[in-house]
Amino acid sequence: MEIIFRKHKTGKNRYQVPSWEGYNSGLDEKYIRDDLDMPDVGESEIVRHYIKLSKMNFGVDDNMYPLGSCTMKYNPKVNEKFAKSGEFLNLHPLSGDNLSQGSLRLLYELSDYLRKISGMKGVTLAPAAGSHGELTGVMVIKKYFEDTGDKRDTIIIPDSAHGTNPASVAMCGFKIKEAKSTPEGDVDIELLESIIDENVAGMMLTSPGTTGLFDRNLKKIADMLHKNGSLFYGDGANLNATLGKARFADMGFDIMHINVHKTFSTPHGGGGPGAGPVTVVEKLEKYLPVPSVNKEGDKYFLDYDRPDSIGRIHSFYGNFLILVRAFIYINTLGAEGLKDVSETAVLNANYLKELLKGEYNLPIDRSCMHEFVLNDKGFPEGITTDHISKRILDYGYHAPTVFFPLIIPHSIMIEPTETESKETLEKFAEVMIRIKKEAFENPDLLLKAPQNTPVKRVDSVLAAKTPVLKWE
Amino acid sequence: MSYTLLTDSDRTEMLKKTGAGHIDDLFSDIPSDILNVVIEGLPSPKSEMEISELMGEIEKENSCRSVFMGGGIYNHYIPALVDEISSRSEFYTAYTPYQPEVSQGTLTAIFEFQTFMCRLTGLDVTNASMYDGATSLAEAVMMSVRTNRKNRVIVSRSVNPLYRSVLETYCWASGIEIAEADINDFETDYSRLEKLIDDETTAVVIQSPNFFGTIEDIPRVRSLLEGKKGFLISVVTEAMSLGLLNSPGSLGADIVCGEAQSLGNYPAFGGPLLGFISAKESFTRKIPGRLAGKTLDADGSEALALTLQAREQHIRREKATSNICSNEGLLALRASIYISLMGPHLKELGTYNHKAASYLKEKLLKKGFTEVSDKPFFNEFLLRQKDPHGFEEKCSLNCISPGISIEQYYPELNGCYLFCATETNSRKMIDAFIEKL
Amino acid sequence: MGNEKGKKIEAGLKYTEKHEWLKIDGDTAFCGISDFAQNSLGDIVFVEFTDDLKGEEIKKGDVIAVVESSKAASDVYSPVSGEVLELNTLIEDTPETLNSDPYGEGWFIKIRLTDPGESESLLNSDDYEKLIS
Repeated sequence: MEIIFRKHKTGKNRYQVPSWEGYNSGLDEKYIRDDLDMPDVGESEIVRHYIKLSKMNFGVDDNMYPLGSCTMKYNPKVNEKFAKSGEFLNLHPLSGDNLSQGSLRLLYELSDYLRKISGMKGVTLAPAAGSHGELTGVMVIKKYFEDTGDKRDTIIIPDSAHGTNPASVAMCGFKIKEAKSTPEGDVDIELLESIIDENVAGMMLTSPGTTGLFDRNLKKIADMLHKNGSLFYGDGANLNATLGKARFADMGFDIMHINVHKTFSTPHGGGGPGAGPVTVVEKLEKYLPVPSVNKEGDKYFLDYDRPDSIGRIHSFYGNFLILVRAFIYINTLGAEGLKDVSETAVLNANYLKELLKGEYNLPIDRSCMHEFVLNDKGFPEGITTDHISKRILDYGYHAPTVFFPLIIPHSIMIEPTETESKETLEKFAEVMIRIKKEAFENPDLLLKAPQNTPVKRVDSVLAAKTPVLKWE
Repeated sequence: MSYTLLTDSDRTEMLKKTGAGHIDDLFSDIPSDILNVVIEGLPSPKSEMEISELMGEIEKENSCRSVFMGGGIYNHYIPALVDEISSRSEFYTAYTPYQPEVSQGTLTAIFEFQTFMCRLTGLDVTNASMYDGATSLAEAVMMSVRTNRKNRVIVSRSVNPLYRSVLETYCWASGIEIAEADINDFETDYSRLEKLIDDETTAVVIQSPNFFGTIEDIPRVRSLLEGKKGFLISVVTEAMSLGLLNSPGSLGADIVCGEAQSLGNYPAFGGPLLGFISAKESFTRKIPGRLAGKTLDADGSEALALTLQAREQHIRREKATSNICSNEGLLALRASIYISLMGPHLKELGTYNHKAASYLKEKLLKKGFTEVSDKPFFNEFLLRQKDPHGFEEKCSLNCISPGISIEQYYPELNGCYLFCATETNSRKMIDAFIEKL
Repeated sequence: MGNEKGKKIEAGLKYTEKHEWLKIDGDTAFCGISDFAQNSLGDIVFVEFTDDLKGEEIKKGDVIAVVESSKAASDVYSPVSGEVLELNTLIEDTPETLNSDPYGEGWFIKIRLTDPGESESLLNSDDYEKLIS
């Protein structure tokens, strides 16, 4: 295993810290540690170490990354270039409005774009990730009902939801009721009707759903909730499917969060940072976190005068540098370009689905949105989704999302995104079909996969059984 | 400009394959009255050159004139190596390392980060990052509640006020009670704190160095918690201090959380930042967020994988330790590179910070500022200005914006400014600044 | 009785819809999780009992433990009400016992039944077989 600690040898690190010769600041020794244990490695070795590590990684720039529900599209380099401006990188967040007009303008204009794209009224850019946006949105629901004095303690979540939905709801002290899905992938509207009562504060729904399908009863669901006085939360994780094509407000949602690192092309950084802005309808605007970005005359300012707000949810104003990238992306594409994104993403997904249909089991055979779900049914006994996904790695692609959504057993969720060409999709389909053949003709190729990766099959059971979480 | 790749004939052919006559047929599940609604007021598409012009205009409207400013975000020197390596697209265009066989790069950087933070804080387990310092504190408090099932947290008023605001929001939402421990002479009032601690206390939260820069007496707080179930949470907003000062873990903290932006990351107008939680081993299965762990691959070679995932939302759903999914992994990578490069010199760097701040304080005391506290500090300190108006005017004329006026957070401390100096401030630079006053 | 991998059922035990089993002996009983449960979870890596369980009066449906595999996690519920007499700490030290011997060495708790009638409403092995097939 490559690790920096193995390269340690006392005296190798020649990094120079400037000195303050002849000045003694006199900090009492009792405050100073004598146990700092850091590896001693030379600069050129450090470079080689991390370059080597980078070669053991796989990014969107390497090849197609069809990780369903994650929208791994191309991350434009122009975004990177301009997000690295010194005026953005070095600006202290407490510099005050006067020195931050450029940053505030950018946030203000981006808020306006997101307002228009979602069709909502209020916007906060502060949430640092999608799940942070969810938490913020659920807090808004809580605050709304506290404010109206209406005691409601339950939120409905479909069985197909991402795990973040129930986790966010639980953090706000709400109870959860589960809405079941029909075999066709819609919410079972009759069962839903039976669980909507006076305790239901709201419902969270991903649109389109985690099976890649647009719920055909969406407006009916919205009506049922609104008639009951409940709020409708739209999880925008799959916004790439409807970007510029249909607005969440028009679908009947009252609140939504947007995963900027999915829909708006900002890179995911191997785990983050992302950004998860939230937009809301007019009656909920006053509950959004402080501060908001506002404008008076031609001056932008951070607005703390929001007495009904849920409060602060981030140390400062959110993941600014990520939002810069989203701002550039929207400016690059413009309204027509955004619509082209969703149309192409949906066309790519449907085309790839058609290429694989017949070869792979497609549990729900409907026209899909930006992604679709297959599974391992029809593969020989003993070969599962797990083996298929590892074999895909051998062919130089990232694996799709596997074993999610939970409502389809052993699911394989494929999201090609709009930034793949027809040729790439066809090549990927060929590989998938070849893997199916291999499963019958030479199952060892799957059972022992992956073989062409920097490390072989990693034992996750051992990792969990005896956790070793730091180098010793 | 656009990043899609289909030609007109591709589209025709592909549509035909899907059996759709028109692209809108693929959107037929969406009610037609809300489909293709024209969105007014979005910008028109731009070329890269036009983007360059637009961004040039916006960045000029910013002005990085603020100096000697800390308060939770610190301006440290970022070595060339950090930017260079973290710009490798193998790192920044990857997703969360769900497939360990093709993610050993990210996993190793996280594992190194976990190790570095454990060594710096003096604790046993560190997660792969949180959004920022404030939310890491909120999560640390929720972790305490989950662990000892007590529901009242005591927070010192010397903890960063913005962190306390965020904690308040989270505690309101999850029904945790907050009690505030007042301050005395710019540190926690330990005797008053003692009276607040009872059997319902889930944790005591202090910050060291605290918001005023004072190094707090962590062992004393530890002793107040003897025989109680409550945990000691020590917040660190200036991670650079960990290289020089005694580690909070060695002084008795159960949990250390906060902000590691100082380690290789930019102020960036406050985001993205690098929150972290480190804790004693007993919290291993209670900690929120990703964890990278060591294991073996099929050949028996050492390898890494995300582990203890049964804590996390994608498996435990409403019973998860947190809802966190995306974190700040790329910033953790930068921190690993930064710490590797500083290595044993991290302590010298800490010493430099303390010297620079001490020198700045000495000089400011000769320029109309008065001392408010002689408590030990790291690289931040508080001074009072007799004539705040005149001071700010002079600064404004000289196009500088130094320190943070903290009256907005502590109304009783009118005229007090929080100053910070780091290795980015040479003696020459400080002298030049003092000249202008 | 079923013998297929992951579907083994022991006759004479009572079962719950959440895949716990109960083996009654007079006024005491052992309980654990079924073969189906262990097989669905996969390789079990961690078991943790609810705090201070021993000697406690618990109610039917109370969480007695959490079981984790590398890819899943599940709470284990008490099938009946009663006083907890013993905890099987062996499964905390060697969680894989749950995979290898769910109906034997892999029991969770021994309990003194406070409401013997309660077990009547549990599934018998035939009903349980139908449930999982």
